[in-house]
Amino acid sequence: MTSPRPAYNLANAVRSGARSALDVAEEHLSAIEAGDGGIHAFNLVTADLARQQAMAVDRTVADGGNPGLLAGVPVALKDNLCTRGVPTTCSSRMLAGWCPPYDATVVTRLREAGAVVLGKTNMDEFAMGSSTETSATGPTRNPHDTSRVPGGSSGGSAAAVAAGFAPLALGSDTGGSIRQPAALCGVVGMKPTYGTVSRYGLVAFASSLDQIGPFARTVGDAALLFDVIGGHDPCDSTSLNRPTPRVLSVLDDGVAGLTIGVVTEFLDGAAPDVVARVRAAADALAAAGARVEEVSVPEVRFGLSAYYLIAPGEASSNLARYDGVRYGLRVDAEDTAAMNAATRSTGFGAEVKRRIMLGTYVLSAGYMDAYYNQALRVRTRIIEGFATAYDRYDVLLGPTAPTTAFALGEKTGDPLAMYLSDVCTIPSNLAGHPAISVPFGAGDDGLPVGVQLLGPALSEGTIMKTAAVVEDAAPGLPVSALGVAV
Amino acid sequence: MTPGWELVIGLEVHCELKTSTKLFCGCPNMFGDEPNTNVCPVCLGLPGSLPVINQRAVELAMAIGTALNCEIRPSTFHRKNYFYPDQAKDYQISQYDEPINVNGHLDLPDGSRVGIERAHMEEDTGKTTHAGSSGRIHGSDYSLVDYNRSGVPLVEIVSAPDMRSSAQARAYASELRAVLVASGASDGKMEEGSMRVDANVSVRRSPDDPFGTRCEIKNLNSVRSLGRAIDYEADRQIALLEAGESVIQQTRHWDEDAGRTVTLRSKEEAYDYRYFLEPDLVPLVPDAEWIRAVADTMGPMPAVRRSELIGLLGGPDVVTEAQADQIATVVDLGLDGLVIAAIASGVGSGLALARTANEAATHAEAARHLDPESYVALLTMEAAGELTATQSKTVLAELLAAGGGDPAAIASAKGFEAMSEDSLAAMVAEVVAAHPDEWSRFCDGDDGDRKKLTGFFTGLVMKATRGQADGKAVAAELQRLRG
Repeated sequence: MTSPRPAYNLANAVRSGARSALDVAEEHLSAIEAGDGGIHAFNLVTADLARQQAMAVDRTVADGGNPGLLAGVPVALKDNLCTRGVPTTCSSRMLAGWCPPYDATVVTRLREAGAVVLGKTNMDEFAMGSSTETSATGPTRNPHDTSRVPGGSSGGSAAAVAAGFAPLALGSDTGGSIRQPAALCGVVGMKPTYGTVSRYGLVAFASSLDQIGPFARTVGDAALLFDVIGGHDPCDSTSLNRPTPRVLSVLDDGVAGLTIGVVTEFLDGAAPDVVARVRAAADALAAAGARVEEVSVPEVRFGLSAYYLIAPGEASSNLARYDGVRYGLRVDAEDTAAMNAATRSTGFGAEVKRRIMLGTYVLSAGYMDAYYNQALRVRTRIIEGFATAYDRYDVLLGPTAPTTAFALGEKTGDPLAMYLSDVCTIPSNLAGHPAISVPFGAGDDGLPVGVQLLGPALSEGTIMKTAAVVEDAAPGLPVSALGVAV
Repeated sequence: MTPGWELVIGLEVHCELKTSTKLFCGCPNMFGDEPNTNVCPVCLGLPGSLPVINQRAVELAMAIGTALNCEIRPSTFHRKNYFYPDQAKDYQISQYDEPINVNGHLDLPDGSRVGIERAHMEEDTGKTTHAGSSGRIHGSDYSLVDYNRSGVPLVEIVSAPDMRSSAQARAYASELRAVLVASGASDGKMEEGSMRVDANVSVRRSPDDPFGTRCEIKNLNSVRSLGRAIDYEADRQIALLEAGESVIQQTRHWDEDAGRTVTLRSKEEAYDYRYFLEPDLVPLVPDAEWIRAVADTMGPMPAVRRSELIGLLGGPDVVTEAQADQIATVVDLGLDGLVIAAIASGVGSGLALARTANEAATHAEAARHLDPESYVALLTMEAAGELTATQSKTVLAELLAAGGGDPAAIASAKGFEAMSEDSLAAMVAEVVAAHPDEWSRFCDGDDGDRKKLTGFFTGLVMKATRGQADGKAVAAELQRLRG
């Protein structure tokens, strides 16, 4: 079996001259024009830029050159990835209209591979949220049911792919912000090993947890995009200076001989219809030749608590720079300190303020050891717990999110309930490990369910070839509200 | 120092490293350029930017550690969080509990040893200028921030509280400055802010007592201010304690014009910096080979070089205080190589030292690049009486301007020839005959008169010979004539 690769095929068609990159771009721009009014996947559509890039690709083909692996493939970028001269807002009033003077490394790599940037996608403000409802530009709606959230924080990118606006998108994942919206929108989303994709130009939320990763309709396309954006970058000191796994070439190797553990702790808090889908995926893997067992990784139960100390701690420092002095919003006041306070009070939304205050508190003298440092010790225990599990298992399996997409507004009044939707994804961020969410049928409400495959550091090849098997066995998904078959 | 009290001083010295680029980005590390021209996304702290450590800065930090006899260790960076407009990210990247250099010492010329607790790396801030009447932040109309200095590499050298007088603190600052320059790490210019000194000062009744409450003094822009500020602060603290009051731990600002320290902020107002490990950087783990390679590129430190010169001059017992100062000067300026070369070629050590400390030192930058052979040839001519002191200085100025050359050729081009003994004697006799009153006072007056009139006659001879005469030879001839 071979994972379908629509974006890969599209690039081939453009490279061979069978399709014009400009036509492809126009098709997608038209789809956005027609459909995004009801979804709000994009904060900004860069139609002119997309046309310019597409025409450049077409010229390269006409001149007999090779425009690259993603020749003419439209890509949507989460609005926390810096794009030179193009507003990068993090869906915050604080950065409304701010145009970076430089491109993120991943954006440069996309351009060099011949990709066509369609625009910047909506997100939870500064990537803090699980529903894209904390965005200052308003929520994104789930293309499968517009009364539901798309998940978050990369909800705009997930929705753009699910709605057929873009075959590929980039998101960032700090605690599940790629995988959880991928699951809720019925698309593939992968968080790579920490250090495999450069963070240079990704507006930081929690630096030790943030990773950029791909959204695609299929595992094959996600692998293609990962292969383009991955690899060492001297501009990011945490970028691994070693060969990054090339995934596309091993994707069809199958799971025969692999040992896969279904993590009981992840099943415990999940809804029964979601658990049923995970068990069905496990059966499919067993049928494909893997040995599948249940395994307990007790340490992951503490992931959520540790995360909500570590991530806000780092965020409180990362977001200090939005002080009104150099760029972005400034609200004038009688002196500098008052200007700082007025700017930050006006510019940040409630969830961002909550996390800054929480993070400032946990790093404060007298509290740091009890909270932040304790969370770091827990983080180490989680890494050790995974290490024990990976002594016996090649891949771990569980749900991506405990439920299918919830209703808009359902959890906005209850931060803790919102935080719980990342309970299965957070441990991989704390460990720095890769994990992927693959659609696997629908829940009782007819909405997509994603299953999650986890592996140790640099096991992208293994988890993605496993994901390809899951994908191959997956029942068809419901057609989205826009009529896009997934 | 008030009797019955002991002063306890520790110094924190910030030193800008002499790298060509900044600590975490490729921007030029340049003083005095147009504001905000040496900046990029990283040193402006733009969203999404990330720091990458400058390897050369690490090497210079290790050079400082080596020069200060420190243990060089694996180290990490932390974030020091506080809001200030010239702090581009509103946090400073600094080494905290795992600094690169620890447990060293610096020996001072008086033989005392000051412990070095640590010498750690950190980034500098930008510079804020408050426009308006006061020049301070309060009452200013607006402020301007220049980020050219943002991200410039610094090493902060923290001494142990080992100093017991302002003189010792001054000696430490001077010696440290010499060591920083000699190690190649810094230009050590206090007036340009590339070396900045903060002093922690406390007093106690007896060396057996625990340390008193200390105050930290900032804004010390010269070694002289350092000494004045410490003395003022010690007196202030002693007066408080003798009046039955107590010293409050606080940061104080040295007001150079008023000659006093004033409160900046007290301990209660101290910032909570919320230090935590900088997640954007990885630990620095220099291997033994790298540490050794850095040490191998370093020349001997000033103390060793001073000893060598003292030895060449005949040892500590015969070196005068004035010569000791000259030795310190030539070593600080990196001109000891010229002195050593001259002595090795047979030039008298006194002449070699004096010419270098008094003449070459005034154009130290040019002198460091001067070809030593030219310099030695010049001093050899002077020592042999082929050039007078005045002529020698003139030729030296030419050599310095040209970076070298043939001193004999320069001398002859200028028409400098030492006068023969006969023509000198004739000239002296002519001048004496023309001024009989002065001559009789020279012959019959006291030593004071004679000294004054020696100058008078020498000046006339010099004028008549357009500087060709040797002053010492003129004086000798006058004595001979007096009989």
